[in-house]
This record gives sequence, structure tokens and C-alpha cells, in this order.
Amino acid sequence: MKVNVYVTLKPGVLDPQGKAIHHALEGLGFAGVADVRAGRFIELDVADDVTDADLDAMCAKLLANTVIENYRIERP
Amino acid sequence: MKTAVIVFPGSNCDRDMAVALEQVTGRAPAMVWHRDTDLPAGTDFIALPGGFSYGDYLRSGAMAARSPILRSVADAAARGVPVLGVCNGFQVLTEAQLLPGALMRNAGLNFVCRTVPLTVENSQSLFTASYNAGEEINIPVAHHDGNYFADAATLDRIEGEGRVAFRYADSVNGSARDIAGVLNDAGNVLGMMPHPERAIDRAHGGTDGLRLFEAALGVLA
Repeated sequence: MKVNVYVTLKPGVLDPQGKAIHHALEGLGFAGVADVRAGRFIELDVADDVTDADLDAMCAKLLANTVIENYRIERP
Repeated sequence: MKTAVIVFPGSNCDRDMAVALEQVTGRAPAMVWHRDTDLPAGTDFIALPGGFSYGDYLRSGAMAARSPILRSVADAAARGVPVLGVCNGFQVLTEAQLLPGALMRNAGLNFVCRTVPLTVENSQSLFTASYNAGEEINIPVAHHDGNYFADAATLDRIEGEGRVAFRYADSVNGSARDIAGVLNDAGNVLGMMPHPERAIDRAHGGTDGLRLFEAALGVLA
């Protein structure tokens, strides 16, 4: 079973990479972009008996650094 | 004094660290591979070196912090054994939650590689007793992810507890409150982005780093 994990910087944490991407978009002539925040997308292929609690633990213990990042688990 | 340097795949300052430890103690450190589960018996100083452990996969220091040897390092730290993490070693210590905060991409996005002035904020710790509080020392930095972050409450707490060991005299990487080095609650774990092992010989251009090892290894002149 495919599980999608989205890791994003917490609100308020400065994102220099997002800023650089934003500047690059402006440099390419794309107007109207107010802000860019970059994150990470992780696709897991897990056995059916992996529970939501297991997935949550995977995120909290490794996939995200909860000092600076939030995570969202999307399971079909 | 039995010292150990933890070596991860991608560590690249492990031998520099070994030279510094041997120069000060007169005895070569044990080089301990990340897959080992135990430190040599009687290890009384542990260094986590700089580099790009596991290729900085996921986040700098993230994989190394979950490697088998880190459990033993955490146990030793809990027993009061001094642990020094430099650069990637600092990143590993925050990822392992042995130190508060996190190290993010430099605010200027560029890799920064030069000697920078640091202000010694705490001269009472076992690592910094050879310095004077407020003294300015010069230590090289070489990192891409040295931008120290912690929430305001954590920053206030570690400042209040005297756990900021070093601060950049000038902004280097966007670190919160220009923090360059942080101690744990008990004072026996220090993480710092600057490389003291690269300032131990006049040929390096300075010996301000040597004094940290002399203090930490109990051979204060």
C-alpha cells in the first residue's frame, strides 16, 4: 500500500530555499507569486498491517524533525 | 584519557579530530565505526566529527543520529561523559535530541568557509574553561547547514541557563541570536559549528581551538 508523507517547515520558520525559489520565479518573469515554501514529499510502500500509529511514529522519529517541521500522512 | 572519534560514512574531519585529540592527550583515540554498538570500555571523551554523514540524506545528521553507535553515545552522555560535536557532529547531536534546536540551511544559501571571530559566552563549562568570558577567539567554519534555529522560549531558556557557549561576533549564517555553540543541560555535551580542531597549530593560522581541547581533556596549562 502506498502512503504519502508531506513534510513542511513550521509556520514562522524562515525558509531560505523557498525564498531563493521565489526570487528565481520572479527572475523568470512569473508575477503574482506572494510566497514560496519548500518541503519534502516521501512515498512509502508499506504492508497492509502497518497502522496509523506506526506511520505517525515513523514521521516523528525520523521522517520529520519536529523542532522545525510539520508532517501530514496521506493514506488512500 | 581514553578518547573516541565516531566515524560515519561521509565523515571527513575524523582524522583532523584524531590529530587534535592525540596532540593533547598523547594517545591516539579509538576510531569507532557507526555500525558498532559499543564504545571501547573506559571511554572518557567522545568526539563526533565534521563531514557529510550519510551524504546529508534526509537532513544533515538525521541518519547518523539513528545509527547504532549513537545509542551508546547517548548512554555515555547521560552518565556524564563529555561529548563534543563539531559541525556535522553538532547537527547529529541536535537530530539525536541530545542538544536543543536544529541546524538549517545557511540564510545566505551559500556554503561558508572562512575563519570567523567568536565570542566566548560561557567560560565555566568543561570545554571552555581555558577561555575568558567575553573573549574573542578565531575559529574556522565550513558549512552549508549552520543556521541555528530554536523557538523563542527555548532560546530564552538556554541563554538564561548559560548554555550558549559561543556566539558569532558577526553574523555568519543567519543563526538565531548568532549562536555558534550550545551546551546540554548538564554541561557535558557541546555542539558547535566552528572547527576547533582546525585551529590547533600555528601553521593553521591560529591555536585558539587547541585551548578547547586542553580544557576538555583536563590538561590545562
